[in-house]
Amino acid sequence: MSRRRVVVTGVGAITPLASGFMPTWQSLLEGRSGIGPIEHFDTEAYTVKICGAVRDFEVGDWFSAKDARKMDLFLQYGLAAAIEAIKQSGLDITDALSPRAGVAFGSGIGGITLIEETAETLFEKGLRRVSPFFVPAAITNMVAGWLSMKYNLRGPNFALATACTTGTHCIGMAARTIAYGDADVMIAGGSEKGSARLGIAGFSAARALSTRNDDPQAASRPWDRDRDGFVLSDGAGALVLESLDHAVARGADILAEVTGFAMSGDAHHVTSPPDDGHGAVQAMEGALRDAGLNPDQIDYINAHGTSAQAGDVAESKAIEKVFGSHASQLAISSTKSMTGHLLGAAGALEAAITVQSIREQVVAPTINLDNPDEGCTLDYVPFTARTMPVRHALSNSFGFGGTNATLAFSRLD
Amino acid sequence: MSTIEERVKKIVCEQLGVKEEEVSNESSFVEDLGADSLDTVELVMALEEEFETEIPDEEAEKITTVQEAIDYVVAHQ
Repeated sequence: MSRRRVVVTGVGAITPLASGFMPTWQSLLEGRSGIGPIEHFDTEAYTVKICGAVRDFEVGDWFSAKDARKMDLFLQYGLAAAIEAIKQSGLDITDALSPRAGVAFGSGIGGITLIEETAETLFEKGLRRVSPFFVPAAITNMVAGWLSMKYNLRGPNFALATACTTGTHCIGMAARTIAYGDADVMIAGGSEKGSARLGIAGFSAARALSTRNDDPQAASRPWDRDRDGFVLSDGAGALVLESLDHAVARGADILAEVTGFAMSGDAHHVTSPPDDGHGAVQAMEGALRDAGLNPDQIDYINAHGTSAQAGDVAESKAIEKVFGSHASQLAISSTKSMTGHLLGAAGALEAAITVQSIREQVVAPTINLDNPDEGCTLDYVPFTARTMPVRHALSNSFGFGGTNATLAFSRLD
Repeated sequence: MSTIEERVKKIVCEQLGVKEEEVSNESSFVEDLGADSLDTVELVMALEEEFETEIPDEEAEKITTVQEAIDYVVAHQ
C-alpha cells in the first residue's frame, strides 16, 4: 500500500509571548523572553516564583463566555490555537468532508487548575457543590471534543497524553491517520495550563524547575553552564494537516510537508534521560528513515532543549551521534529559551515554529546562552535569528516516562 | 434588595449565558433558553448557593421554567 503525502496548511498558537502565532513568531525572531513573575497566585511559600503565563488572552476573541465557563484554561488555549490554524488554512468543513476530517489534540496534564479548585470545593463545601461540568472541563481529550462540535469534524477524534511529547505525538499520529487513508484533514496539536499551584508545587518538588526568581527572563537558558532547570509555561500550538492531494485540489496555501515521524522509549528512568540520549538517537534516526532523508540533508533542528541539567547535554550528544560530522554544520535552536516549556503543548508549538522556519527561511535563536556548557559544542544559533536555507528540519520532543518523538518537515518544491 | 424574581432571573442569565430581555417568567430552561442537562444541574446548584437552601434531586427535576424556580424559592423561604 502506498503512503499518502501529508502537508501543513495552517498554524496557530497561544503562548507567553502572544496570543496568536504570528506575533509569537515575531517575538521569537526578536529574541524576546515571555517569562515573568507568577501573578495568578501568592508565591510566598513557593521556591519557584516565575513561569511563562499567557497574559493577553481575551476569551471573547475566540468563543462565548458561556462556553468558556465549561472549560479549564488549557481547553480555551487549545481551542483558540486550533481556531487560528483553521482560519489560516481557509478550510471549509462541508458535509462531504466532515467524516473525513478529524482531530488529534492532547494535553500532558489536563485541567489541573480545575482539579485543584474542585478538590477544594469538595472538601470544604461538600459533594453538592461539585459542578457537573468539572469532568468535561478537565479531561485531556476535550479540545478534540469541542473542536469536533464546533466544526462538525466527524473523522477520527483522539488525544494522546505523553507528558512533554504530547503535541509531537498528536501531530505525528494525525499525519499517519491521513497517510493511512483514515482521514483527509486532521487538526492536531497540544495545550497546557500547568501553572496551577499544584503544578508548580509538583514540578518544583521533582527539582525540575529553575529558581532564578530574581531574573525571570534569563531563567530558561538551554545548554548554558548556569542553567538550573526549566521554566514552566502555559499555552497551545495547533496545525492543520491535509493530504497533499486534498490541499492541492482546493488550492490551499501549503506551508510545508510532514515528511517523517518516529517514536521511541528510553526504558531508563521516570524523569531523566540516559546520558547518551539513546532514546533521542532512535527517534531522530527513525524520523530521517521515515522521511527518506540522509542526515546531511537536515538544515535545522528545533531542539527539545528545556534548560534541564541532564537533558540538554544528552540531546546534544544524541545529535552528534545521529549526524556525525554534519552535527556542527546544522543550526539547532531551543525556542524554549524564550517561551519556556509548554509541556504537552511544547511539541505542537515547536512544530509550528519549525514549519514557519521552512516557510520564511529563517530560524529563531537560543537566547541566554552566555557560556555554553561542557559537552555542548554545537551551533545553537545564539541570541540572534538567522536567515538561511531551510529545506528539511526536525523538531524533537522528550517527556517524563522516557517518551520520545521526532517530526521531520520539508519544503514542498 | 432585589426581589426573588430578579435574583432568580439574574442567575438564569449568568448560568445560561442569555440576555435579560430573553428571559420571561414562562421561559423553559431547555426549550427557550438553550440549556442542556448539565446546564440545568448547575443552574440548580447556583440557586441553592444564592438562596442558601438545598434542593433535593427529585424537586430539582420539577424546576423547568423560571416561574417554577421562583415558586420553589418562595415556598421554601
